[in-house]
Amino acid sequence: MSTDSSASQSPLPPAEISRDLLRQMLRVRRFEEECVPQYQAGKIRGFLHLYVGEEAVAVGVISQLQLKDAVVGTYREHGHALVRGVSARAIMAEMFGKQEGCARGRGGSMHLFDAATRFYGGNAIVGGGLPLAVGLALAEKELQRGGVAVCFFGEGAVAEGAFHESLNLASLWKLPVLFVCENNHYAMGTPERIELAGQGVCAKAEVHGVRARSVDGMDVAAVWQAAGAALAEARSGQPVLLECNTYRFRAHSMFDAELYRERSEVQAWERRDPVACFLARLESAGVVKKSEWEVWQQEVNAEIAAAVAYADAGTEEPAADLLRFVYAEEEAR
Amino acid sequence: MTVNSVDTTYREAVREAIREALLGDERVFLMGEDVGHYGGCFAVSKGLLAEFGPERIRDTPLSELAFVGAGIGAALGGLRPIVEIMTVNFSLLALDPILNTAATLCHMSGGQFPVPVVIRMATGGGKQLAAQHSHSLEGWFAHIPGLVILVPATIDDARWMLGWALKRPDPVLIFENQTLYNRKGTLQETGAGNPLQARVRRSGRDITLLTYGASLYKALEAAEQIALKGIELEVLDLRALRPLDETTIMESIARTHRVLIVDEGWRSGGISAELSARVMERAFFELDAPVRRICTEEVPLPYAAQLELAALPQVSKIVAVAEQMVSKHG
Repeated sequence: MSTDSSASQSPLPPAEISRDLLRQMLRVRRFEEECVPQYQAGKIRGFLHLYVGEEAVAVGVISQLQLKDAVVGTYREHGHALVRGVSARAIMAEMFGKQEGCARGRGGSMHLFDAATRFYGGNAIVGGGLPLAVGLALAEKELQRGGVAVCFFGEGAVAEGAFHESLNLASLWKLPVLFVCENNHYAMGTPERIELAGQGVCAKAEVHGVRARSVDGMDVAAVWQAAGAALAEARSGQPVLLECNTYRFRAHSMFDAELYRERSEVQAWERRDPVACFLARLESAGVVKKSEWEVWQQEVNAEIAAAVAYADAGTEEPAADLLRFVYAEEEAR
Repeated sequence: MTVNSVDTTYREAVREAIREALLGDERVFLMGEDVGHYGGCFAVSKGLLAEFGPERIRDTPLSELAFVGAGIGAALGGLRPIVEIMTVNFSLLALDPILNTAATLCHMSGGQFPVPVVIRMATGGGKQLAAQHSHSLEGWFAHIPGLVILVPATIDDARWMLGWALKRPDPVLIFENQTLYNRKGTLQETGAGNPLQARVRRSGRDITLLTYGASLYKALEAAEQIALKGIELEVLDLRALRPLDETTIMESIARTHRVLIVDEGWRSGGISAELSARVMERAFFELDAPVRRICTEEVPLPYAAQLELAALPQVSKIVAVAEQMVSKHG
């Protein structure tokens, strides 16, 4: 595929980081691509929302996080979980509905959770994650732990009251929270021009006193740089919104016939493929050799294949366990 | 057990419970609309801002969705929030975080993320506040697995249930009937015991009367009146609507063989319907008469005093129905 990397004027991160960003994007891309045949084979059921095309956002932001930070995602969150450190096999097993999954098969594709990496979902009500992130940030501040709560959401959520209420609270209380708007320009099938009035997402954030900036969400280097700066501000108690302009290459979900957008529009964005463009940049800068890239592909393919095998071999939780975890099994600490 | 009886009010009992929680655990904080500078819509938190400061008595904007959601997030983050929703009527603006987040997260995450949040709110009608400020929706919330629903009727329960709730790892909703805040009395107890156990507030051989919240006092008054006619009501205070204490309920029915339910919620699909169904499932052959219900009439609560009185369960109605139950089938 031909690529258009002319927009990528952002400075390259240091070589080791650039290499890792590329490799992480590759992992997300391959993981998502593998979901399609697994869905078609009936191994993955329910709703399945793929992140293909948007990889630079999760990879650029999450690569800047510290272990103590908290992450709140949406229902299109496989990539976020993977980059955050949830294993591919635990995610795949979750989507296969197996008890070896990262939520014991109770959540599925839209509800990945992992306490060890402070990954708080997997929230499938649009806008529902924002107040949650505000509360997590409040806990960071009051307990003086120095962590940031990072909340991913689409521009569709910007029309929800939860967005405005949450940004107002975060600003009033000076909370360490980074709001990452993954603007892929469609709320399911509704284009941005008929869903959001006014001067755009950043302007809406700024009226609440939240600093906001827009970044090329197809350029992982640009996202990484912007996220680093935004996180430093957020960590000091100044909530920040980062709008990442991106595009979903695939349908909204597996049930979407894509009647609302032209193929030519999709193709224009595909020429800005975040993985292919960044690979081209790193190759021409001599940061990655073609032979290395091929090895990475093999390694990632092996990782994903192992994840599928693990999920296939996973066990089903007996129906006798159905009512477990409706209430906590351990006493509160 | 009577220990150190103190003259107090329901309002002061709730306040003292909040104070104790704040003093005992620095992770605890109170947040909600007008809880700080105003002193609480019902003056429950009056004085607490001066004592504990604005970070622990946290005034919120009118953003029920966000501050309830933030309370859930804060609980996940390690704090122990007491979220006050001014009244149940406004909880409708926060149904999403309560149902889709607080009630689901522990199960949906395979047990990784319990949500130890306490959400308090005033509930109920009877003060001529009209249709949008008089709801009794605690039965609605009791529909939701993952929540614990407490309905303190007595000063002791107002004083002691909160501390118990804060020790739970699960989301606990506490409904305080707004007509109870001025109620005076003495503290009789030193702890909540198990709030999930119903209590027999008055023993009687003829009819088991199941109720909770402010209706408890109507039931007790009706029991006094009808006792003069030789009919003895056994009044059970449910104390919790989820889970329901079926054991105590069925034990009482085994003594009385008749059941009357008094609920300030609407009849259709309400907690009274649930109670009746459980009685049918577990005590059908114990019954000497059909289960009867006295609920709020199926109407948005009106402003005019005589209409509101006609809509809500009243002592006279309880007496009349109880008499029917005994005379028809006794």
